[in-house]
Amino acid sequence: MKLRRTMLYVPGNNSGMVKDAHIYRSDSIMFDLEDSVSLREKDSARLLVFNALKTLYYGEIEKVVRVNTLDGPFGREDVLAMVAAGVDAIRLPKTETVDDIVQVEKVVVEAEKRFGRVPGSTKLMAAIESAKGILNAREIALASPRLVAIAIGAEDYVTDLHTTRSPEGTEIFVARSLLVMAARAAGIMAIDTVYADVNNEDGFSREVRLAKQLGFDGKSVIHPLQIPIVNAIYTPTKTEVEKSLRIIAAIREAEERGSGVISVDGRMVDKPIVERALRNLELARASGIEINEEVRS
Amino acid sequence: MSRNALGRELPGQVNGFGTLVPFAGAWENTPLVRREKGSRTLPRLTKVVGSIEEAVRKVGLENGMTISFHHHLREGDFVVNMVLDVLARMGFRDLVLAPSSLTTCHAPMIGHIRNGLIRRISTSGIRGALADAISGGLMDIPVLIHSHGGRARAVETGEISIDVAFLGVPSSDVYGNANGFSGPSACGSMGYAVVDARHSKKTILLTDFLGEYPNTPVSIHQDWVDHVVVVDKIGDPAGIAKGATRMTRDPRELLIARTAADVIGASGYMEQGFSLQTGSGGASVAVTRFLRDMMLERGITASFALGGITSQIVKMHEEGLIKRLLDVQSFDLEAVRSLGTNRYHTEIDASLYANPLNKGCVVNKLNVVILSAMEIDTDFNVNVITGSDGVIRGASGGHSDTAIGSGLSIIVAPLIRGRTPTVIDKVTTVITPGETVDVLVTDQGIAVNPRRPEVRDRLKAARLPVYDINELRERAEQATGKPAPVRFGDKIVGIVEYRDGTILDVIRQATAMGGEEE
Repeated sequence: MKLRRTMLYVPGNNSGMVKDAHIYRSDSIMFDLEDSVSLREKDSARLLVFNALKTLYYGEIEKVVRVNTLDGPFGREDVLAMVAAGVDAIRLPKTETVDDIVQVEKVVVEAEKRFGRVPGSTKLMAAIESAKGILNAREIALASPRLVAIAIGAEDYVTDLHTTRSPEGTEIFVARSLLVMAARAAGIMAIDTVYADVNNEDGFSREVRLAKQLGFDGKSVIHPLQIPIVNAIYTPTKTEVEKSLRIIAAIREAEERGSGVISVDGRMVDKPIVERALRNLELARASGIEINEEVRS
Repeated sequence: MSRNALGRELPGQVNGFGTLVPFAGAWENTPLVRREKGSRTLPRLTKVVGSIEEAVRKVGLENGMTISFHHHLREGDFVVNMVLDVLARMGFRDLVLAPSSLTTCHAPMIGHIRNGLIRRISTSGIRGALADAISGGLMDIPVLIHSHGGRARAVETGEISIDVAFLGVPSSDVYGNANGFSGPSACGSMGYAVVDARHSKKTILLTDFLGEYPNTPVSIHQDWVDHVVVVDKIGDPAGIAKGATRMTRDPRELLIARTAADVIGASGYMEQGFSLQTGSGGASVAVTRFLRDMMLERGITASFALGGITSQIVKMHEEGLIKRLLDVQSFDLEAVRSLGTNRYHTEIDASLYANPLNKGCVVNKLNVVILSAMEIDTDFNVNVITGSDGVIRGASGGHSDTAIGSGLSIIVAPLIRGRTPTVIDKVTTVITPGETVDVLVTDQGIAVNPRRPEVRDRLKAARLPVYDINELRERAEQATGKPAPVRFGDKIVGIVEYRDGTILDVIRQATAMGGEEE
C-alpha cells in the first residue's frame, strides 16, 4: 500500500528547496508550478523541476507536480514536460468538473506516447478548491482510473464561500467530509489542506488529529518540520499494533481451520476490522516500527 | 668551621649531608619576597603594574622570543591586538606567536606580520581576513596547525617553549589569582590559558576586573603569575559569549541531529553512565535535544559531558540527566553561570582534556562524540581547516583528539553544501585520520566506517538508512557533478600536525587568494 501521510509542498522556482526536498522523507513531494511561481518565472521553474526529476535521487518518495490549469498558457507545456521527466503524478489545481480531469488526461496520454513512457503509468491527483468542485467531488473522484487522490485546498475554498479559516475549521467541516466520502466511494485517497502557521506546532497537531479522525489519508505540508508531527499522529500506538497482530494471527488460524466467524479479545472480528488492522500494520511498518514480517499481508 | 649570617657556628661538612650552605639572611635566596612590611594595599603585596609596556619590560621580552595567548574570548577578543600593537610600538621583531587559536577579530595581525613583528605562528585555527592572507602566501614560514591536545603536549614537552604568556582574564586579584566566570567580560572556563600559565617562563595577566583577594575559586593561580595589568576592556561581551546557544530551526540541521541521536540510541553506546561530547554547531547542539528525549524515555543518565559546554548540556546537568560536566571551554553565558554555581561543573585544562602524552587525558574516557566536517572522504578522513577552495577557514580544535579518544566518533554534515559535495574522493586537507572516525551522518543517509562492522549491523538492525560511503559520494555527485580539482600554488603556507607531533598534511598556497601578496 502506498502511503500518502505527508505531501511536501515545494515552490518549483526555488532551486535550493527543489534540490533538498527529498531529504525530509515525506511520502510524496509536490513541486509547484502554479500559485507559488510568478508569471515571469513559469518557464524557468518548469525547466528546474524537469531537470530535478531527471537528475536527483528520490528513492521511494512519490514525485508529484502541481501544474498550471489547462485553460491558461502554461498548463499544457507543464504536463508535457513533467511526463517527459518521469513524474509519478500530475496534480491538477482548482478542479471543478469531470471535464477538467478528462482534458488533463488527454494531454497525459499524448505525452506518454510522445516521450515513450509506459501508457497509464502517470497518475493524477486533483485539488478541489471551490464550492462547485466540492459538490462535484463524487463525479470528479470517478473521472479517471489514473486518479489516485483528491485533495482539498481550503484557502481558495473559504474565499469562494465568502468566509475565512478559523482554528476550529467549522467552515470547512462539510467540505472535508464530502471530500473524504467522495474519495472512499471511488476507492482513492483523500488529502487534507495545508496549515500555514509553521511556528504553531500545537495548532498544527490539533488539525492533523482532526483530519485523521475525519478519515483523511494524509496532509499537504508546507515545511519539513511539519512532517514528523504528521507521521507521529498517523503512527499506530504499540497497543494498536499488538492488537492488529492478534487479529491477523486469528484470521490466519481461522482460515486454516476453515471456520468463518472469529473473535479476538472477546469481540467479533469481521472484514472491516481486518482491513483496519492491515492498514495499521502498514502504517506501523512505514513508521519504522519492528513487526514480525510473517504476518505481512 | 664557619659562621652563618646569624653568627651560628657550622661545620664545613657533615656526614651524609656533604657541604652545608650557610643561612645568608631571610630575604637573600627568595628574591620575590619583598623586604618592606606593609598593609594589604602596599606594593609588596601586589603584582599590578601600570601598563602592558611596563610588564613587557619587567619580564625581559626579547626579539625572536615566543609569546602566547588563549582564545577563550573568541570573536570578542581585544587582548591579542592590544598587546601586539604595544609590542610593535616598542620596536620588537621576529616574534613567534603561539596562541591556542585565532579568530576573525585578529585580522589586524596582517599588518604586524608584514612589518616583521611576527615571524611565525602556531595555532589550532585561523579564520577571516588573516586566514585569507596566510592562504595567499603572506608568511615566509608556514603556519603550524595543531589540535588542542597536541598543543598542550607541545607546551608541556617544551616543543612550544613559551617565553611570555599574555593572558586576558575576566577577573583577577592584585596577586594574580584569576578566574573566567566573574567580571563583565566573563568567558567561563580558562582551560586553554591554564596550560600557558603553568608552563610559560613568564606570565602576564590582563584584566578589566580586579576582584578582592583571594579571587577564588581560582583557575590561574597566583604562583604562576608574574604581573597583572588592568586594562579598560579585555573584550566585547557580545563576541565573547551569547546568552544561550540557540536551538536551530533549520529543518536540515534538525534532520541530521535527529538521525545522529538515533545512531547513538542504536549504536550500543547509549548505556547507563555513558559519557558524551557535542560541539556548538547547529546540528551538534540539536543532537542534545533529541538525546535528552531518548534518555528520559529509556531512563538513562550520563556520567559526564566533556568539552565545550552549552546551555543545553547545562540544562541536562541541572535536570540530573548528566551527572558531571568537565569544561575546557564554555560556549555561552548559561555555561558560564553554571561553572560559577554548580558544584559538579568542573573546569579542566587543555592537557587534562586531550594531551595524548600525559598520564591519561579525559578524551580517553569519552564514549560518544559528535563532530562536524567541512569535507570527509571515502576513507573517512576529515577536513575542518580548509574550504573546498583550498583557503584556510577553520580550526583543528579537539577534532582529532576526541575522534580517537571516544568509543564512537560521529561526524555530522550535510551531504551537499550549497553546490559543493561534502563527501568526496580525497579531502583537501586531513585534520582527523579516517581510522579514528566511526560514523558519518548526513541529511541523505548514514555511512559506517568498515572497521566498525558491529556498529553498522546495529544501525541496520534499527532500520536506519545506512549506505556505503561511496554510495553517498555518488549520490552527492549525481546532484552536483564532480567538482574540478582545486588549484594550488607551490608554496607551502601551513603544516598540519597530528596530536602526537607528527605531520599529517601540508596546506599549499591557494590560487583563490593568489593576488593577495607581493
